[in-house]
Amino acid sequence: MFRYFVRRVLQGVLTFFGATFIVYALMFANQDDPLQALAGERPLPENVRQALTERYHLDDPFILQYGHYMRGLLTGDFGISLTNRPISEMMAQAWPVTIRLAVFAIIISALVAVTAGIVSGIRRGGIFDTTTLVITLILLSLPIVVLAPLAQLLFGVQLKWFPATAGAEPGFYQLMLPAMVLSCLVIATQIRVTRASVAENLRSDYVRTARAKGLANRRVIGVHVLRNSLIPVVTLIGVDLGNLMAGAIVTEGVFNIPGVGFNLFRGIRTEDGPLVVGFVSVLVIVFLVVNLVVDLLYAVLDPRIRYE
Amino acid sequence: MTDIKAEIDVLPGLDSSARLLEVDGLHVEFRTQVGIAKAINGVDLHLDPGETLAILGESGCGKSVTAQAIMGILDSPPGFVTGGAIRYRGVDLLKLAEEQRRRVRANHIAMIFQDALSALNPVFPVGWQIGELFRVHRGTSRQEAKKRAVELLDLVKIPAAKQRINDYPHQFSGGMRQRVMIAMALALDPKVLIADEPTTALDVTVQAQIMNLLAELRRERNMGLILITHDMGVVADVADRISVMYAGKVVEEAPVLDIYARPAHPYTKALLESIPRLDLKGQQLNVIKGLPPNLTRIPAGCPFHPRCAYARDVCRADPPPQQYDVDPVRTARCHFWTEVVGDEPAVK
Repeated sequence: MFRYFVRRVLQGVLTFFGATFIVYALMFANQDDPLQALAGERPLPENVRQALTERYHLDDPFILQYGHYMRGLLTGDFGISLTNRPISEMMAQAWPVTIRLAVFAIIISALVAVTAGIVSGIRRGGIFDTTTLVITLILLSLPIVVLAPLAQLLFGVQLKWFPATAGAEPGFYQLMLPAMVLSCLVIATQIRVTRASVAENLRSDYVRTARAKGLANRRVIGVHVLRNSLIPVVTLIGVDLGNLMAGAIVTEGVFNIPGVGFNLFRGIRTEDGPLVVGFVSVLVIVFLVVNLVVDLLYAVLDPRIRYE
Repeated sequence: MTDIKAEIDVLPGLDSSARLLEVDGLHVEFRTQVGIAKAINGVDLHLDPGETLAILGESGCGKSVTAQAIMGILDSPPGFVTGGAIRYRGVDLLKLAEEQRRRVRANHIAMIFQDALSALNPVFPVGWQIGELFRVHRGTSRQEAKKRAVELLDLVKIPAAKQRINDYPHQFSGGMRQRVMIAMALALDPKVLIADEPTTALDVTVQAQIMNLLAELRRERNMGLILITHDMGVVADVADRISVMYAGKVVEEAPVLDIYARPAHPYTKALLESIPRLDLKGQQLNVIKGLPPNLTRIPAGCPFHPRCAYARDVCRADPPPQQYDVDPVRTARCHFWTEVVGDEPAVK
């Protein structure tokens, strides 16, 4: 187990450097004239341009720029965005919001998906199962760029059930609608996986044994079947975190939530290299850690799995 | 323990002088998309304390379905009990409410299954799975349940039971796993134990150990044991009586020695003749030609007639042969049982 852990962490370090390099290279290649993009329509005075070019090492060759950046990153210095704000400060504001949004979305999707998956897994072909199937198909076929504005228009603007935009310091209630939209991204697959897993486990021999032990149906399903059915679902929820982060870029943009996705969205538009690479680097770390945790959790959930 | 048991598990109408277990005219059918499969068509069985009844037959003849119907764990749908009675000490289990029926399982009638690896839950330690019975049915604490589980593992002779209590099923060998199953079945001191092919998944030496263990426990606890198997070699040593099943019916029922010496039904006779024998080494095996009938289309008359060497016109027409009394303790469902018995014995 320990050796496996060490191996995975070392692999993670490699992945981290590879990913940041690629993102940095992409931003570099995409860069037209970030200083002009910053200034907008107004002309940029030559002396300001020179000062900024020097500060951001814009004249250095690519590999040197990357070196500068990584040195800063590894010493905990994310640098300064082109809008002249320390990126670490922006992260400190953005990450808590996005984490709240993502955790909220995960909780909603897991609760709904596991409950619906169990019910439709037990009564396959019933009304509930068929209805769920149709709804999940619709959700699967709607991209989030359509779903988010649609939900905003319907529930935020017209029905006024939820605030249409979240604002600077979004609370629980402000995040409700965006979180629901975000969870739609992953909920369909989670329901299908739970349903298939429950259906498969219900047919297994140990369920017959549990019945022969005189256990009530509630306990057979709630303890024996559920514990086995959750193994693939938990793994899926972990992996889905990636989907949620990608979805957050659009969702945060639509609902005006000042989170990671919102900042990334703006950074890409304004060719703000340091900002984008900084946020993506942390995103990469989050992915790596979550994936490692999910793999370790897998061994906890299923005692037949051993890592060496 | 017996006091608590008496308090918790009182069954209305339980009569200790009535027969331990009596199955009377049991009918089970499976309603599938390709039609109704009549799996059990009037099975009669009975069992006394301390007795071993072997149910014998090919795959698909209804042995396991009978066991599951007695336990009340048929997959329903598609399986439905459509007729008959299953009486435990005079109480018709089929008439009990589900909540009472549930308490009969494990407390009065317990069951062990063929493949212990898949029959045990892979994600819980064996001690937890055994202890669950005490926690659910007796309301004992976790610690007490664990202590009981260790005692049971000791009882079925699992070495170092205390250390192994937290192991998972996949960490045990096949024979040890089947011992765990037996321990689990015996936990609440049932009066009837149904063993559904308990040794089929095991190799021969382990088979013998498990059979001996079952026989020993049955003797010590004066349990009734129903042993379901397709292996005539396994039953010869341990069974008191044998019921041979074919197409959902008991075609012959007799004390074990009689059946081996003088089978009264052509199917039993054919089964005995198909056992490989050392003295006939090198010769072709006597297999029973053909296949058991499709349960959605059981032939008219005696269901065995398409494969039977004795079959005549009367066998091919309804009604199917009644249960003939061969002697006071034997029955056979064959019009020509006298001929079959009179023939040269199958095993000399």
